[in-house]
Amino acid sequence: MKGSKISRRDMVIGSGALAAGAAFSTRVLSAAPPSSPVTPALIEAAKKEGKAVWYTSIDLKLSEQIGKAFEAKYPGVTCQVERSGAERLLQRINQEYSANVHAVDVVNSSDAALLIYWKNQGMLAPYVPEDVAKFYPPEHKDPDGTFASFRVYLCIIAYNTSLVKKEDAPKSFADLLLPQWKSKIVKAHPGYSGTILTATYQCSRDLGWGYFEKLAQQNVLQVQSAADPPKKIALGERAVMADGVEYIIFAEKERGQPVEPVYATEGTPLIVGPNGLFKAAPHPNAARLFQSFCFSPECQQLCIDIGGLRSAHPQTKEHPGRTPLSQIKLMKDDPAAVLKLGEQIKAHYVKLFHV
Amino acid sequence: MTAIASTTPVAKRRYGFDLSKPVLLLFAAVLCVLIVMPLSWLVYYAFTDKNGAFSVANFGRLVSDADFLDPLLTTFALATLSAIICCAVAAPMGWLVARTDMPLRRTVRILVTASFVTPPFLGAIAWELLAAPNSGLLNQLYREITGAAADSHLLNIYSFAGLVFVISCYTFPYVFVLVANALDRTPGDLEDASAILGGSTWDTARRITIPLALPALLAGALVAFLQAMTLFGSPAILAMPAGFHTMTTKIWSLFQFPPKPELAAAASLPLLVLTVILLRAEHMVLGRRGYSVVGGKNSEPRIVKLGLWRWAMLAVAMIVLMCPVFLPYFALLNASFSKIASHLVSLHNFTLQNVHFVFFELSATQLALRNTFILGTLAATAGTILALVIAYVHTRQAVTGYRVLGFLATAPVAIPGIVLGVGLFFTYTRPPFVLYGTLWILLIAFVTLAMPAAYQQLQSAFRSVHPELEDASRILGATRLRALWQITAPLLRTSVIATWCFIFVGVIRELSAAIMLFTSQTKVLSVLIYDLNESGDLAAISVLGLFMLVLTFTIVALANTLRGRNARRNMAVG
Repeated sequence: MKGSKISRRDMVIGSGALAAGAAFSTRVLSAAPPSSPVTPALIEAAKKEGKAVWYTSIDLKLSEQIGKAFEAKYPGVTCQVERSGAERLLQRINQEYSANVHAVDVVNSSDAALLIYWKNQGMLAPYVPEDVAKFYPPEHKDPDGTFASFRVYLCIIAYNTSLVKKEDAPKSFADLLLPQWKSKIVKAHPGYSGTILTATYQCSRDLGWGYFEKLAQQNVLQVQSAADPPKKIALGERAVMADGVEYIIFAEKERGQPVEPVYATEGTPLIVGPNGLFKAAPHPNAARLFQSFCFSPECQQLCIDIGGLRSAHPQTKEHPGRTPLSQIKLMKDDPAAVLKLGEQIKAHYVKLFHV
Repeated sequence: MTAIASTTPVAKRRYGFDLSKPVLLLFAAVLCVLIVMPLSWLVYYAFTDKNGAFSVANFGRLVSDADFLDPLLTTFALATLSAIICCAVAAPMGWLVARTDMPLRRTVRILVTASFVTPPFLGAIAWELLAAPNSGLLNQLYREITGAAADSHLLNIYSFAGLVFVISCYTFPYVFVLVANALDRTPGDLEDASAILGGSTWDTARRITIPLALPALLAGALVAFLQAMTLFGSPAILAMPAGFHTMTTKIWSLFQFPPKPELAAAASLPLLVLTVILLRAEHMVLGRRGYSVVGGKNSEPRIVKLGLWRWAMLAVAMIVLMCPVFLPYFALLNASFSKIASHLVSLHNFTLQNVHFVFFELSATQLALRNTFILGTLAATAGTILALVIAYVHTRQAVTGYRVLGFLATAPVAIPGIVLGVGLFFTYTRPPFVLYGTLWILLIAFVTLAMPAAYQQLQSAFRSVHPELEDASRILGATRLRALWQITAPLLRTSVIATWCFIFVGVIRELSAAIMLFTSQTKVLSVLIYDLNESGDLAAISVLGLFMLVLTFTIVALANTLRGRNARRNMAVG
């Protein structure tokens, strides 16, 4: 691999841990706070506050549905969804905090590294919902209790079945570099999307930056959000997406749209999107209630069934008709490395793709 | 009191305290805060390094780094081409509606206004729906008709040419209005004289009409250039997918984490300097041509009879209007009610889901609507009052130093929205004024950006009201404010309402400053639509966008009826 400095350094760092593996290395507190059940007192206090503000990078339709499910379960508490790309949320939260504006209660980021970053800045409050304490495997929760894996999903290749025949469809990242895909590819941006930043890290580590150098020659349609490429191929605007979220491909496919996921032979980037709540949350009780709701089996199952996400909650069931996670060759995620190299990756990407 | 205009040397305050001095000083102070502070911070940041020491390193990077140089050149080419296209299209159209017997002239004018009211970023998104190379409705139609291959296309909106086209679509109204108004005002007797002396129609046009309209055209070209140069939404929507930056999108990208404010400030200054230079140039050119602003109302403009050509001309005008109005509105309407934005609505494809989503599921809708409405009303009201006072002081030369006030009110014309956004961000995220995170910072931005146009409109309105009426009131013992309130204000009502509307519409259109200054609690419609575009939610955008247009048109129409009624009443009084 003729990888650049970045990928060589990554090889050294590359460990196979999920979100929490990274958190171990940055552990500062002695023990996780105790598990917190949802008490009537919490619900009452949340109702007094009236709403929880959730900054999230989950696709808008799904995040609003999660918010609505929360509102249905706890009448009197609303959920204000502020959706944007994870890297944009980072910009917003930091800009807001630097001006002492504390608007965010709970954050969900598709860039797991950001939770570590905010935790290291001392901005997150330890809070462990009962479900997380009881059921979540250790690799899916921060040992200090500041965040846990709200969602697990993949960043995949996919194609439009009315534009591409199954046998002609790309099967690997290497296939995307073939001349027949020139001007036919849509891809999202690591400067906006945490999913894409994480995937760009994993691909540059495993495939080398050479892959991206060649992909940049393919005249790709450059969109921002990882939620957009699935929509663009469903529209028929491009035949293939080089990256984008798996869960919208599921949602579109099950809605009857002509899209089909591809799990690349080199391996598929694994994305973990943790939820964490802020110390300076303007609605601390509503925030805790919402955080607890997010990790409940009912919310996790909702995310799977209507959202197309995967879950770290062992009580959930995978959706029939979707390839189970165990049968897919995965790339390893490494939030600590993304935290370290994120800015370099973004800058390198801009050099290659010009925007 | 010594500062009263020379026409009333004997006027003396008889009773009551004349509030004019303190009020005027207050307004001067407000203007300074609005304009001078953000620009000072901008310059400070541009010339310092991370540790606050003086440095020109930021500019060094700007001129040596292709990442900055390319966007600068692209922006320049973009603005120049857009200005040329706008003039080439708007000038003939302005002439058609002002000086010919083309049918439906009034309708054409109203439709051009519609394209002015349409936010450029919404137009850009609508054109994505129409002319995206594969899914665009027009490209589908093209393949349908010609039987061309599935991957061939006629139009590609994600390109430099596409961006120039879309920007021109929503910039040409500026040129159109200036040219049409100039031609409205030009008296016909000069042209008659030319005709009587044996000049052919063409001679008359070449030697009389065109030279008389040229200053307006030049001013229009300049406005178009500045608009195209400082626009943020359209390039962000169309240029980034195509893989290139303009200056505004580049400046914005510098605020992504980790923010590089000093580079953003340095990158803003070329836009500012270029704008100032162009405005000076315009002033010099038009200053020499002052004679051509023919104010006399000696005769009606001469109407050219087009004969049968008038129908052909109408067809041309309508085809031009397809681009900014008919086609985009159709695309938005289609996407609002279609299950898939790229498919035409049909029986099995029709859905109300998108409407339901926007109004009942999308939690940001209500907040954004409320914020936009509050800001529009406040900015329009505050801006009109501010502009009114300054225009009054300037035309009546009411206090010493009135020129400074006039200058300050015009100065924001040289500040691109995104540059002002950067400046305001620096100013109001630190003590003593921590306004970031409140609606106030957006209000300040909107009022500042609207000030030059509002001031110009009201100044010309004041000029048309002779001071003798006010003087009479003051001689009879009224204070200046009372005279203003009782005499001048009623006479100016029409212009005031027009200005109010203008600012309100401006607030709804504004994206470039808002994108720098909003927070989750102070989101406005334009930012919400921009956000939705980044995640590809075209159907939701279409619903919101159409709703926004309906709201805007309603407000403009309401204001127009108010205006019509007052105009009649004023006539009765006169």
